[in-house]
Amino acid sequence: MTYFDNSATTKADPEVVSTYDKVSEKIWGNPSSLHQFGEEAFNLLEQSRKQIADLLGASQSEILFTSGGTEGDNWVVKGTAIEKRQFGNHLITTAVEHPAIHNSMEQLKQLGFEVTYLPVDEHGRISIDDLKAAIRPTTILVSIMAVNNEIGTIQPLKEAAEVLKDYPKIHFHIDAVQGIGKGIQEMIMNDRVDFVTFSGHKFHAPRGIGFIYARRGRKIAPLLTGGGQERNLRSGTENLPAIAAMAKALRLLLTDERQKVAKEAAIKRRIFDHVQQFPLVTTFSEDNAGFAPHILCFAIQGVRGETIVHAFEEKGIYISTTSACSSKKHLASSTLTAMRIPENLSTSAIRISLDDHNTLAEADEFNQVFDQLYDKFKILSA
Amino acid sequence: MQYSEIMVRYGELSTKGKNRKDFIRQLGRNVRHSLHGFEGLDIRAQYDRLHVALNGNDSTQVIDRLKGVFGIENFSPVIKVEKDFEAVKDTALQMIQAQYESGMTFKINTRRQDHQFEYDTNQINDKLGGHILRNVPGIKVKMKNPDITLRVEVRLNGIFLSSETIPGAGGLPVGTGGKATMMLSGGIDSPVAAYLGMKRGVKLDMVHFFSPPYTSEQALAKAKELTSKIAGYAGSINFIQVPFTKVQETIKEKVPEGYLMTIQRRMMLRIAAAITLSRGDKGVFTGESLGQVASQTLESMMAINDVTTLPVLRPLVSMDKTEIIKIAEKIDTYDLSILPFEDCCTIFTPPAPKTRPDLEKTRNFEKLIDVEGLMQESLDGIEVTVIHPGENFMNQSEEVFAELL
Repeated sequence: MTYFDNSATTKADPEVVSTYDKVSEKIWGNPSSLHQFGEEAFNLLEQSRKQIADLLGASQSEILFTSGGTEGDNWVVKGTAIEKRQFGNHLITTAVEHPAIHNSMEQLKQLGFEVTYLPVDEHGRISIDDLKAAIRPTTILVSIMAVNNEIGTIQPLKEAAEVLKDYPKIHFHIDAVQGIGKGIQEMIMNDRVDFVTFSGHKFHAPRGIGFIYARRGRKIAPLLTGGGQERNLRSGTENLPAIAAMAKALRLLLTDERQKVAKEAAIKRRIFDHVQQFPLVTTFSEDNAGFAPHILCFAIQGVRGETIVHAFEEKGIYISTTSACSSKKHLASSTLTAMRIPENLSTSAIRISLDDHNTLAEADEFNQVFDQLYDKFKILSA
Repeated sequence: MQYSEIMVRYGELSTKGKNRKDFIRQLGRNVRHSLHGFEGLDIRAQYDRLHVALNGNDSTQVIDRLKGVFGIENFSPVIKVEKDFEAVKDTALQMIQAQYESGMTFKINTRRQDHQFEYDTNQINDKLGGHILRNVPGIKVKMKNPDITLRVEVRLNGIFLSSETIPGAGGLPVGTGGKATMMLSGGIDSPVAAYLGMKRGVKLDMVHFFSPPYTSEQALAKAKELTSKIAGYAGSINFIQVPFTKVQETIKEKVPEGYLMTIQRRMMLRIAAAITLSRGDKGVFTGESLGQVASQTLESMMAINDVTTLPVLRPLVSMDKTEIIKIAEKIDTYDLSILPFEDCCTIFTPPAPKTRPDLEKTRNFEKLIDVEGLMQESLDGIEVTVIHPGENFMNQSEEVFAELL
């Protein structure tokens, strides 16, 4: 089987699973307990936190554990809105965010907050001039994703950071769920960003675990109140096996990152160069530094995305329509819609998403299968 | 950028007249201490500057360590070039390009020690400036407050280029200000006070009171861990733990509630003073800040200070809590300090301690306990540990966990 759907989720690494198992079996104390057994769990919790902080060049107290990307995004958006509501009611984000951001914003709109969605160009990228123009005295949050989950566009994070240096009071959030381990850490953990969302299962950790980076000194209201874990910002007994497993997964992910990124880029390029030759194919991702190395999105005119996905599945290749979240709802991709791609084309889009376990041989296999299927698709399309 | 040496400039040292030689020697020792573990470094503490020849070591790591050494005003990473003007031009250009962002200005600042060199100062400034203007589009020259100052020193053994000045920790070299004890509880304040004491050149011995079972092993480990954090500024620190249970129990039993705290503090200071004298130290540092808690009013200080004639030094005396926290965060002790373990100052705290204890009453109530006997018992139970920077006390399983992670 060839798994090309790593932006939906990744396979947990066996070494990571082994950490999960060992911690579940041996270090199952509650980190909040006073006795030695709890103390041991507390120490592992903090050591995991430190490892993650060190890997990202942050300090230990700036890492807060969550249940994953959706919680992280919800938290930063709503937590900022609650914390800073007396300073303003305006939030800025992009038209191509993950639903975890988009729908949080929509919910806030119903509560009286105002939201600006920055438009994107034909590459799915916002313009810095639009960002500048959108900022108001009442703006409290700017939230921009690092890498688009549907087509892989990298947003101009550093430029946005420069703009926001003139507005030191605005919270700047980056959703880095698709961006970590893809060679752009320097752009994400830039010197202006205040909050960053990460999700474990996108980098071979188990489900149900993630974390946010929260710059020291920046305040955010908790969404989960209770026993006061995570410095009273996110209550709930810590999911220690998953946290330790995620700390390990992150270390493995960032080891030899450059080589892994180069490998993914080479696989993407091989498929990109191949499918581009076919007249019915429209590519949305590009093969340049403005796009992540692991996501390739294209459409085959006249064939629905689902049809393509299932056709490849029969040949043992797993891809997806644009995002796992929207695929079952048969909706047109929101990113492509924001890029003003006509609906008849955007419903024909599919996404290939890679990681470092994929190989060039798999790309060749994909291309062969593509050739076979294309002949069938041609008939469908006509 | 591969730097060949770090040039260190002294701070206040240079004004220390006859002591200057000792100061420089001590700073040299401290720098050597803090750079322990790097191989092949050549450290020379000279009259006007200290040079660390890197011999292939990574400059950023060395710089990180130097940032924690008191007595350094600032330092610059330097590249040594042979006396070949073409090489100087190339290196200068690379250094500017590494720092240049659009809109920046620069100037060249040349000093010439070797008067045999083919060009004089002005010629060097001119030629290098011209070379950079030609090759870095958009850069401008500015004589006053430029963004980048490229320093060129033509010495007998080569030409030394530097373009960055990194602020050092300031203060005086630890050890030049004598030795004192520090009463370290484990809260936010005492590590900051210790840091400030060391900044003025004082070498500190940590005195920590612990009262098992009222205080936990974790509280003791936390105090040791805090010591290892600040040991980064001192090389290594003696950690003196004093058993205090019996004293506290006796005071609790015999002394009226309002005076519990005052007399407890007097006993602590007495013991600290005895340790100070026995070790040849010259004073006692504390983390007290005026008005912060009941024991830190002027009246309390007077009643407590009554037990010794040694100088009791309080670097935080006029600082606000927020200022103290800022420093604690800077020296990375804050997160540790706020870990919630009971220390011996927080147990047995009466609900309403006297904020204005009366000195005469204090002295009289104290007669209810056997001061000398209790003191001696505590002093007999002292344990001294030498703590090095980066040692781990809180998490004994760190290495086991490291394999899991």
